[in-house]
Amino acid sequence: MTDLAGLRLASPVLVASGCGGTGRELAAYGPLADLGGFVTRTLTLNARLGGPQPRILETPSGLVHAVGLQNPGLEGFLATELPWLAQQGTRIVVSIAGSSLGEYAELARRLGGSPGVSAIEVNLSSPDAPTTGVFDVREPFHAASVIAAVHRDLPRGVPVLAKLRADVVRVVESARTVLDAGAAAVVVGNALPAAMPDGRQAGLSGPAILPVALRCVADLRAELPDAEVVGVGGITTAEDARSFLAAGATAVQIGTALLHDPTTAARVAAELRDGVPLHTGTSTSTD
Amino acid sequence: MTQSARPGPVHVTGELLATKKIGAYHHLTLVAPGVAEGFRPGNFLAVSVSESRLARRSFWIHRVKPVGGYGAALELVVEAVGPGTTWLTRLAPGARLEVTGPLGRPFALPKEPVSCVLVGEGYAAAPLFPLAERLRERGCTVTLVVAGPDEAHLLSALEARRSARAVTVVTGDGSVGRRGMVADAIDEVLTKAAAEVVYAAGPVPTLHAVAAAAEAHGAWSQTALERPLTCATGLCHGCAVPVVGEAGISRTARACVDGPVLRGDRVRWTDLRTDLSAEPVADR
Repeated sequence: MTDLAGLRLASPVLVASGCGGTGRELAAYGPLADLGGFVTRTLTLNARLGGPQPRILETPSGLVHAVGLQNPGLEGFLATELPWLAQQGTRIVVSIAGSSLGEYAELARRLGGSPGVSAIEVNLSSPDAPTTGVFDVREPFHAASVIAAVHRDLPRGVPVLAKLRADVVRVVESARTVLDAGAAAVVVGNALPAAMPDGRQAGLSGPAILPVALRCVADLRAELPDAEVVGVGGITTAEDARSFLAAGATAVQIGTALLHDPTTAARVAAELRDGVPLHTGTSTSTD
Repeated sequence: MTQSARPGPVHVTGELLATKKIGAYHHLTLVAPGVAEGFRPGNFLAVSVSESRLARRSFWIHRVKPVGGYGAALELVVEAVGPGTTWLTRLAPGARLEVTGPLGRPFALPKEPVSCVLVGEGYAAAPLFPLAERLRERGCTVTLVVAGPDEAHLLSALEARRSARAVTVVTGDGSVGRRGMVADAIDEVLTKAAAEVVYAAGPVPTLHAVAAAAEAHGAWSQTALERPLTCATGLCHGCAVPVVGEAGISRTARACVDGPVLRGDRVRWTDLRTDLSAEPVADR
């Protein structure tokens, strides 16, 4: 059992935003109840069709992506996705983004009062924010105003998680600011800002960015020892997850690895639960 | 959940049994426990092509066949066009592969024994052969159109003659059959067959032409889209296809789980082709 932001989780392993489809597609490979939680793809108030092709390209040990926040909007989600998700026996964390503080507040109000929503994850770090029209959170005080707006409109018992970019230079300052504004935990980190070959704004995810995210978690532990941190970025194995937990994360999210192997989250959760030894045989895992 | 629900997709370690080069394509035979049981024509298989290449490579399942001692084996048709497909076609028999399948929404079958025209271009003709078998079992009349740029890129034209009442072969260079494109031949074929349902698999411009011709003939069309798929399982929203939904509302479908087979009159072909014009050559 893991306690995160006042919630009891069945496992420290959650599905990262944007990498689990609507939940149904992932559930074909194993019950979501075995996981600590499911974070939805980022929802906006109005439905979004998403960006042009190509949306996702392969780079060495990574994916560069500009999906453009395709989602069914708040109403579509409440009508067609949340009722099913709420019955899966796992914590449902809804990721949100808005184009104004008013939109964030409305999303928080409506989702916070919906049965089955355990927590809200505020996407403060969409790597293609300017092209999608969502609020471009560049400075920590921007993030603080968003978190405050969401926090104010959520009922007690529905915590706010702030998803930050894995910006090693500013992550401590950003985390301190959003925690002061009411976030119960920080999630580090989102995709690194990147570009598609044609220059479009995009994000870089996958094992390529794991060491950067891990550094952010370690720095947060050193500078803000009381902060609750969720580590995310390139986690593919139980060994990777243990690195984040050892560096100070309370829980981890698995994202890109699911796109390569949809059983990854279930496998990592099972290995952490059953305590598979860190090293098998006599060789050290340096390969 | 109904009693007749088929087993869903599985993610398993498969084993390559054989690779055979026929023309421009490699025919891969592999065993993957649990995949064949749920197969329906139009399903595909996603294959991992190493730990550091994160995007899956997806292939039409060409046929499911019994193999001594292995249960059922799958046959895929692969054209080596990029690093992933080249790696795959060079694997030695016995190699282990991480695979996921059967994936995607398959071809819908008519309830009545109607006249069906099946159009396949290049390796994408692969799913039409098992489809032809299922249609004939239902008493449907099957007319096949097999197309490709040249003879090397024609899939199993010989076998096509066994599984259909009439076969039209179209090649871009005229090396076999009639010279030209599917778009040039389709009207005549639909008229001659008095087609009521048209199935097509191939490049987007071909599917567009077939869907338009079917509509002009008052026939239903089922088009199997091949898009680069990152996860292939519905998780990533990378494989967007602009469609017209139930109430005439535009929305974005996912080729992998809402497709790959979509009704031809539901796809917004012009928008799709505009969107694809910016796409780099698929790095498969």
